[in-house]
Amino acid sequence: MQYIPNILFILALAGGVGYFIKNIRKVIRNIRLGKDVERSDNKGERFKNMARIALGQSKMVRRPVAGILHIVVYIGFIIINIEVLEIIIDGVFGTHRIFAFLGGLYDFLIGSFEILALLVLIGVIVFWIRRNVIKLKRFWNPEMKGWPKNDGNLILYFEMVLMTLFLVMNATDLQLQALGADHYIKAGSYPISQYISPLFNGMSETSLLIIERTSWWLHILGILVFLNYLYFSKHLHIMLAFPNTYYGDLNPKGELDNLKAVTNEVKMMMDPDADPFATPDGNQEEGEPEKFGASDVMDLNWVQLLNSYTCTECGRCTSECPASQTGKKLSPRKIMMDTRDRLKEVGDNIDKNGSFIEDGKQLLNDYITPEELWACTSCNACVEACPVSISPLSIIIDMRRYLVMEQSAAPSDLNNMMSNIENNGAPWPFNQMDRLNWNNE
Amino acid sequence: MSETVKVPTMAEYMAEGKKPEVLFWVGCAGSFDDRAKKITKAFVKLLHNANVDFAVLGTEESCTGDPAKRAGNEFLFQMQAVTNIEVMNAYEIKKVVTACPHCFNTLKNEYPALGGDYEVMHHTQFLKSLLDEGRLKVEGGKFKGKRITFHDPCYLGRANNVYEAPRDLLRKLEVELIEMKRCKKNGLCCGAGGAQMFKEPEPGNKDINVERTEDALEIKPDIIAAGCPFCNTMMTDGVKSKEKEDSVQVLDVAELIANAQDL
Repeated sequence: MQYIPNILFILALAGGVGYFIKNIRKVIRNIRLGKDVERSDNKGERFKNMARIALGQSKMVRRPVAGILHIVVYIGFIIINIEVLEIIIDGVFGTHRIFAFLGGLYDFLIGSFEILALLVLIGVIVFWIRRNVIKLKRFWNPEMKGWPKNDGNLILYFEMVLMTLFLVMNATDLQLQALGADHYIKAGSYPISQYISPLFNGMSETSLLIIERTSWWLHILGILVFLNYLYFSKHLHIMLAFPNTYYGDLNPKGELDNLKAVTNEVKMMMDPDADPFATPDGNQEEGEPEKFGASDVMDLNWVQLLNSYTCTECGRCTSECPASQTGKKLSPRKIMMDTRDRLKEVGDNIDKNGSFIEDGKQLLNDYITPEELWACTSCNACVEACPVSISPLSIIIDMRRYLVMEQSAAPSDLNNMMSNIENNGAPWPFNQMDRLNWNNE
Repeated sequence: MSETVKVPTMAEYMAEGKKPEVLFWVGCAGSFDDRAKKITKAFVKLLHNANVDFAVLGTEESCTGDPAKRAGNEFLFQMQAVTNIEVMNAYEIKKVVTACPHCFNTLKNEYPALGGDYEVMHHTQFLKSLLDEGRLKVEGGKFKGKRITFHDPCYLGRANNVYEAPRDLLRKLEVELIEMKRCKKNGLCCGAGGAQMFKEPEPGNKDINVERTEDALEIKPDIIAAGCPFCNTMMTDGVKSKEKEDSVQVLDVAELIANAQDL
């Protein structure tokens, strides 16, 4: 009988971690639905970017208020997780504060956890106020209605509850230590919860025990639930920010990739000795010419798909976007959210059917409209603004490529521009032979 | 603008068996747009003044393909690129300078993978290097003390991290260089990039160039300096829409330097 808590704990832990791993494998599988793109070069620079941007939060502090609060929550989150290690060991072996033997160091650790917990709590409350009371514009864009808005708040509530439970657990532990209750050895320092502790003055040992144990259990179960909530929310950035900044584009922001398939065809067209019956690309499946550009998530590359899972919908991109600022439909954040939502839909389809069965939908039109795509000025403000190296622009360009090269569906002004380039080598209807006339005017 | 400066073409150089120090890539706007042609002429005067041995491709130049690529037409872009590269490689071009950040970005970043590897400079970078080498003299002249703000072209700034060359040149003019609240990395686009120059904007509640012009007018400049023919057009239109064209001029950095010296 005495081992029931241990067994329950191990079951909860295994279930929580197991379900999480199962879902993460889905995320990885979905990301791998994307096309290949070479990002295994320049490992040194990539590590540096990851250290600076993800670990060092260098881009977060561009907006100091949100940035500094975010760093507090981020450091708190990481460091308080050391405590989770102790909780897990205690849970599995039925011990209590197993690390207490560390003495002064333990006091220091617990003390710092408490201070961080309070700071996290304050940070999260300020975040909540920014979203719901001050109503910062970027949290109230059209794409933030419904689930995205609730998702953001739910995460904040989670963190508030977890931090409160942690402090209540310590406060009652402190009372139990004072009462000399079994197991509750005198250990740790409690710079914050010592002020909560008086709330429990005069309670019986049993009541204190119930509150302490309940807080302990809810805290660890809450962490496991939160861990598994990540997959269903926008919050995966706490992990994916690292690979995402590592695999980010290292080229100058102005550089767009040159489509290889097009290069091959152009070379054939320009080369008088080319074999007209040769397949443009050796590794291509016969009879199925490669699709140009992207109309669905499988046409994007895996980094773009990783980008979509990493986006935490902060909206810095959209608030910097010139099109969004002037009332156009385009929102770079929505491009990322749509890509992720469609990718999840495709993933669910695969889960259900074993492999993807045509569902009559695609990213283009069903999620992202041409009107949004054509409003982009390719100015890279969104790419510059993103704190975790996401490029909404690369998706926009790939979708424009599909519209133009597969569907000839460019706005008529652009078609004029392109036929001018084709016919006279300039976007306007001037003769190439007049290129030097400016010198004689 | 009475006296014409001799502008040699690569074909003429080739016929004489010579190679210029640098190819001046004029670009479509610089060749055909009435406003941008003035920038071209101002830059040519500065090149001439600094005794730079340069040539242009003239009728052998064709659009780099930038607007086609940004509009999604990779075919047309690569056709243009391959044709241009063939011409430039035939002339064994090593160094290119252009007054258009869009040409600059495309030539510098997107041509190498297609076989066109050149040292590419924006004209503000090139002028800065002439200044550093002592070949070009930049002095205050008539703009001394004027309030001037520089609008960062996206394809020069964010796209290629060139922020200081144009500003260094303006400082040399002894102007009062003032910054808009959104500048450099955070600069707001003029609204022309990504092939927007050639189409009507999508429905919205404001034009981007007006939004950007408001940024500039807020700090009360005498002159808005630009480094891109498209930004120049957009900002000029913006200033007109605010009926400020009598008090605020929009000028390219090259024009400012040339005009300061009354070239």
